Amino acid sequence: MVEKFDAIVIGAGPSGNAATYTLAKQGLKVLQLERGEYPGAKNVQGGIMYAHELEKIIPDFRDDCPTERHIIEQRVWLLGDDNYVGTNYRSEAFNSDKPNRYTIIRANIDKWWGEQIRKVGGLQICETTVTELIRDASGKVIGVRTDREGGEIHADVVIMADGVNALLAKRAGLQDEAAPENVALAVKEILFIDPELIQQRFGIKEDEGVVIEIMGKVTKGMVGTAFLYTNKESLTIGIGCLISDFKNGDCPPYRMLEDLKKHPVIKPLIEGAEMKEYAAHMIPEGGYKAIPQLYGDGWMVVGDAAHFNNAAHREGSNLAMASGRMAAETVIELKSAGKGFSAPNLAAYKKKLDDSFIMKDLKKYRELPGIMHGNKQFFGAYPDEITAAAHNWFTVDSVDKKSKEKQIMKSFIKRRSVMGLVGDAIKLVRAVR
Amino acid sequence: MTMMVKVEEKLYQNRYIVDESRPHIQIKSVEACQTCEKQACTFCCPAACYSKNETGGVTLVTDGCLECGTCRVVCQDKGNIAWDYPRGGYGISYKFG
Repeated sequence: MVEKFDAIVIGAGPSGNAATYTLAKQGLKVLQLERGEYPGAKNVQGGIMYAHELEKIIPDFRDDCPTERHIIEQRVWLLGDDNYVGTNYRSEAFNSDKPNRYTIIRANIDKWWGEQIRKVGGLQICETTVTELIRDASGKVIGVRTDREGGEIHADVVIMADGVNALLAKRAGLQDEAAPENVALAVKEILFIDPELIQQRFGIKEDEGVVIEIMGKVTKGMVGTAFLYTNKESLTIGIGCLISDFKNGDCPPYRMLEDLKKHPVIKPLIEGAEMKEYAAHMIPEGGYKAIPQLYGDGWMVVGDAAHFNNAAHREGSNLAMASGRMAAETVIELKSAGKGFSAPNLAAYKKKLDDSFIMKDLKKYRELPGIMHGNKQFFGAYPDEITAAAHNWFTVDSVDKKSKEKQIMKSFIKRRSVMGLVGDAIKLVRAVR
Repeated sequence: MTMMVKVEEKLYQNRYIVDESRPHIQIKSVEACQTCEKQACTFCCPAACYSKNETGGVTLVTDGCLECGTCRVVCQDKGNIAWDYPRGGYGISYKFG
């Protein structure tokens, strides 16, 4: 006999975990399927975790959630060939009882989630790849097929939290393949190092953390960013660019990462650290316009699989957790109202998303991906010009300041023309307004 | 900088549970690779699973695969890559992620 659940959740990342936990906590019979050896085995995150969305689901998560450092300082650096221009924001206020952001090691968090899910009665099964959705004659999704023997399982509703590849939705014809300009490829390494050195080099105390977001020369003119995060006993360093740009270039991602590690500004920060893992992952970057169909008869899609990522603010896992929670709440509400999981009923999930920061933020930045993709000067010419201008300005060489201003202006105009500069300013405003 | 970077040294740090002789990704047509001008998979794959070979085509070895999906995305216009996940429990197993 085929086993039947109230809900099946596919994937044990932030969105699937949030959905499974929320459903199990309300007493629903829920099965979560994960293809990895253990929860987290297939997951990659920078990673910064935002507390607020997790707090909504598990209010006292700080009691035992294995976070790394809470972030007290955010740096944003524009890198030139051997220099950088940057801004920092640091505040003692981030040293509160309930910090807002933490650095994390993904696998530790996902294992912790697994324990939380078991505590509330959810069933999480690993080492099981879902191969396809099962649909009835009307096309309604009624379950999943797995690669285990007799691996057919039924449920009233299936929540796809299978990540950026979203293979199941694509196979079922519910989603198209992502365009190369709508996904980035990021590679990263974890570098272990004496915590004392982390604290000295970044000017922080135990448990305090610094995150550095990086743009400029290191992406070799491609649309992309890099990062350096402080964990407890390790640093995470990574870089990512749009796949369309990798495709048109000829620089493999690992070489780009290696060049980042050798950059004169970065090298002293990671010196002496030991690399323990190299990871790669795609990131949905297409924003609002790339969001696929989010629900249908018997199914919903959440997290990266739904293309929920706010590239401008580097928020992904919180959108994942929020969308997972909203999908679960939709199921709970429909079930308690005695309603089925038809597409018209599941439209309530879309309504929740529309009313939340997820769709509001993605809508606000809807023009950003297209503008960045089509205007590479923001990742090439400008970082060059800005870092060169800073070098000129801060070099004291008896050239009067008015002449320096003229030199700098002239250099910008030579690179972009007056109309080009005006046009770029308008584009930037359009991209973020 | 155009120094050679040995990606093998990076991959060596990773944990893999290899599903012997059951590659989860396959090149559909050898000829389609031979007529592909860019062969973008050979420089986009973060694990260097794809390499140009002496027949003018592309050789795929999935052992170091990080299961990111990039090759499938870069090859979508040709559609010459059959991309699947490994069987449950196999493939890359991130210790940290």
